[in-house]
Amino acid sequence: MLRQKWWKIYCVAALIYTCIAGFLGRVPALPIINETVRNLYFHVGMWFGMMILFIVSVIYSIKYLRTNNHVFDIYAVEYAKGGIVFGCLGVITGSIWARFTWGAFWSNDPKQLGATIALLIYFAYLVLRNSMTDMDKRARIGAVYNIFAFAMLFPTIWIIPRMVESLHPGGMGNPALDTNDIDKRMRIVFWPGAVPGWTLLGVWITTLRIRLQLVSEKKQTSSEPAKKNFSHA
Amino acid sequence: MLLEVRQQYTFYGVLLYVASTIFVLYLSMGEPEGPVWKGLFWMIQLFVCVNAVAKSFLQEGRGRLLYFFSITSPGNFIIAKLMFNAGLMLLMSLVSLGLFVLMLGNPMPNPVVFIFISCLGGMSLSLVFTFLAAIAARAQQSAALMAILGFPLVIPQLLLLSKISNIAFAEVIQGGLAGMICVLTGLDVMLVALSLILFPFLWKD
Repeated sequence: MLRQKWWKIYCVAALIYTCIAGFLGRVPALPIINETVRNLYFHVGMWFGMMILFIVSVIYSIKYLRTNNHVFDIYAVEYAKGGIVFGCLGVITGSIWARFTWGAFWSNDPKQLGATIALLIYFAYLVLRNSMTDMDKRARIGAVYNIFAFAMLFPTIWIIPRMVESLHPGGMGNPALDTNDIDKRMRIVFWPGAVPGWTLLGVWITTLRIRLQLVSEKKQTSSEPAKKNFSHA
Repeated sequence: MLLEVRQQYTFYGVLLYVASTIFVLYLSMGEPEGPVWKGLFWMIQLFVCVNAVAKSFLQEGRGRLLYFFSITSPGNFIIAKLMFNAGLMLLMSLVSLGLFVLMLGNPMPNPVVFIFISCLGGMSLSLVFTFLAAIAARAQQSAALMAILGFPLVIPQLLLLSKISNIAFAEVIQGGLAGMICVLTGLDVMLVALSLILFPFLWKD
């Protein structure tokens, strides 16, 4: 399914549509936010992408623990890395947005902190993996930590921000966005364009990286027996 | 099984650690205001927890682990560890709370609630760190890794705890206490369940 072309074409089309409609389309005039509301297509899209990539990563970690198939481990790591990239972009776009609406790039808002913690957790995942040399052990412990971290991430992003006051929209209900703020003209860009566009872009990048990893893995394993023969001779 | 885990020297070591840290705090801070007191209390709890709980896995030699492996199942082993560490942290929370009140004064209007909260908090911290210690112990590079893995993961819990203790410090009892305690307990239950499910994968080697 993932080798097919249609979703890549859709991805590019959706992103072009998002950019054109996002910069040129009409947006509701809201106080304070004004024209920066266009950032919604980019900033919120990043978070959707990140969350979906992390969820996929956890699913592959569970699959790895169930089957001990090394390929699933590569999938899990690469999806986590893709999620981290999107998370960083989400923080950056968010802080640019914050500069123009809240007045500063960084204001120690609970949601900014939550996002940063989430990224730290996943950086720790990469550090943990790099600290071990044994491949099998690394994969197993990495998978265990990934599942554990994801379970802890959940309250960080979804529960705690709902309980504290924040400058970010959507205080008491949905933690990310208040759907009343965006009207029909924006929704028509946001849901079919921005969200699937960015998510698919993330998946695309990740699948490319996975294929790269698998190829380099293959190269290593095919060159190793040759070396062994050489040493025996 | 529980008896196996009990090791006296850890206990006294940690006790001394708590006492001396709080004494140093007293010397440098005097008697602080409510928010500072609360912040210091949770920081001390965090570090005590790292010190006390991390030891539980890191100090076990390879031979000992093999021995445990032969006499029991991983499920029982992690339950024993979790119970022991939770008990240890419960005790430590009470001790450090007592010392805090003794040395740094008592700014809380309703101490009973705060005693309950600190017990709960100590226990949930210990649950997180027990599991992380298990991971870190498998990955060898123990202490540094423990801090890297642990601190981001406990931040949500600490936020929740300080939020809850804000309520205990308020003059008037506010609503929402029950809800947050439910969230915290739910988190604990989830941690125990996850440790039970995931520990066998760490164990076999």
